[in-house]
Amino acid sequence: MSKAAIVPPSLAEVAARSGQQQPVGDRPPKIQAERLNFFYAETRALEDISVAIHPNIVTAFIGPSGCGKSTFLRTLNRMNDIIPGTRVEGKVLIDEADIYGPGVDVVALRRRVGMVFQKSNPFPKSIFDNVAYGLRINGMAGSRSELSARVEESLHQAALWDEVKDRLEASALALSGGQQQRLCIARALAVRPDILLMDEPASALDPIATQRIEELVYDLKKTYTIVIVTHNMQQAARVSDYTAFFWLGRLVEYDRTDKMFTNPSEKLTEDYVTGRFG
Amino acid sequence: MKRRLLDLGFQALALLILLLALGSLAALIADIWRDGASRLSWSFLTGFPSRRAADAGIFHALSGSVFVIVVTAALAVPIGVASAIYLEEYGTRSFFARIIEINITNLAAVPSIIYGLLGLGLFVRAMGMGRSVLAGASTLALLVLPVVILATREALRAVPPSIREGSYALGATKWQTVWFQVLPVALPGILTGMILALSRAIGETAPLISIGALTFVAFAPDSLWSPFTVLPIQIFNWVSRPQVEFQGNAAAGSLVLLALLLTMNAAAIWLRDRYQKKLS
Repeated sequence: MSKAAIVPPSLAEVAARSGQQQPVGDRPPKIQAERLNFFYAETRALEDISVAIHPNIVTAFIGPSGCGKSTFLRTLNRMNDIIPGTRVEGKVLIDEADIYGPGVDVVALRRRVGMVFQKSNPFPKSIFDNVAYGLRINGMAGSRSELSARVEESLHQAALWDEVKDRLEASALALSGGQQQRLCIARALAVRPDILLMDEPASALDPIATQRIEELVYDLKKTYTIVIVTHNMQQAARVSDYTAFFWLGRLVEYDRTDKMFTNPSEKLTEDYVTGRFG
Repeated sequence: MKRRLLDLGFQALALLILLLALGSLAALIADIWRDGASRLSWSFLTGFPSRRAADAGIFHALSGSVFVIVVTAALAVPIGVASAIYLEEYGTRSFFARIIEINITNLAAVPSIIYGLLGLGLFVRAMGMGRSVLAGASTLALLVLPVVILATREALRAVPPSIREGSYALGATKWQTVWFQVLPVALPGILTGMILALSRAIGETAPLISIGALTFVAFAPDSLWSPFTVLPIQIFNWVSRPQVEFQGNAAAGSLVLLALLLTMNAAAIWLRDRYQKKLS
């Protein structure tokens, strides 16, 4: 075996080789931010973000800690609303309707835009009740059998069913870290969102659990529009079709993932993806 | 070496103080037991007051205490928990909520006799409840409300924010999040607060005397509007008698009060542990 064979592939190779980048086509963007500014009290955390995110593909947000990528993700389902003292300027359109417009039902918005968090946060209840919770509170489960069917379907979608089908009444806290995170994905999918936001979903997991989550993301994009925040550039290169690079609250560059990792337009992007800072 | 010695010395000192505290408590209980154990009997528990110490029983005061404490809990717990939920989940940031918060902390330290005077003016006179179980329980409920509110707020605050976020992210309303996720997790803490609050209420004498709870009643209260007495008042009444036989009754009454308190606490701790097991 030649020596070159054991050198890990470069990011550019990973991105080019995966060949999964799909053509966007001429469908209208699923999510569109227009001159979005975000403030924690007087501190501006996001500056004039404008971006169009396409349906049924995976978009990755990358950038160093504190660059605003998570903050931006959380403006897409208005999760930042629950932090006191925050303020938004500009627009976020989802299916061409402004989610910060007057009369928007935030509760209904969050059902359509699901979210998975960095640290898995199963409720201290049974596995079944974790998945059923969203269905119950949104009045989406008519009968007991319908509820069970939806729970099973969601656990299948999250590739967790085979591991938990015999212990649905056991506590969710007894699952392993990777299983807990897939449970949180199942929970988010149960209410049938259009969009799935993932905030560093694998950063607390071991490599094998991480791989399972990445495979899952790849499968799920057929049905959902996925936005994933990640610190791991290998991961961004592996799973995403489009990548956005954030730096100091600004969107520096946004393009097809293969281009971002092989031939970025901005010097800053190149320095970051080649590991010169960050 | 000197640090080690100091450490050892401090440990010994702390142990000594602990033993001193426990020792005096044990001596107190032993003393009451010696004076009162011989008076404890079924007829003492089921009897009514009498001019002769040997015939006197405690049923009227025991049933009064239980009745009053149950009504106190029924009033103070829902109001206290609801207030805490408002303050913690809905109104934390407002100026109004902050004023209320400071006042509640202060109210927890107000002497109980003040609550008695308030109860006399408000419940007994202005609201026309008379010297009833309801008036007594309302007064005690006011007295323990700050404790219930503060303990509940602490318990709510200890619920990890990630659970709230997870619920909101699924399209839950604030109410659904509080009711289905936050409250169940906070329940053990809330129960602990309840134990503390009701243990305080069951030993209170001054506020009930000031609203006019009778020191001599020959019957058990049978409705919210009945006059009543409670164990501490009955004990106080017996202690102040000149006849030495009544001292034995007072000691036996204290034992009954202690037993009631322990039973209540044990029940609440059992409930709390059962709930904590269910969660994990």
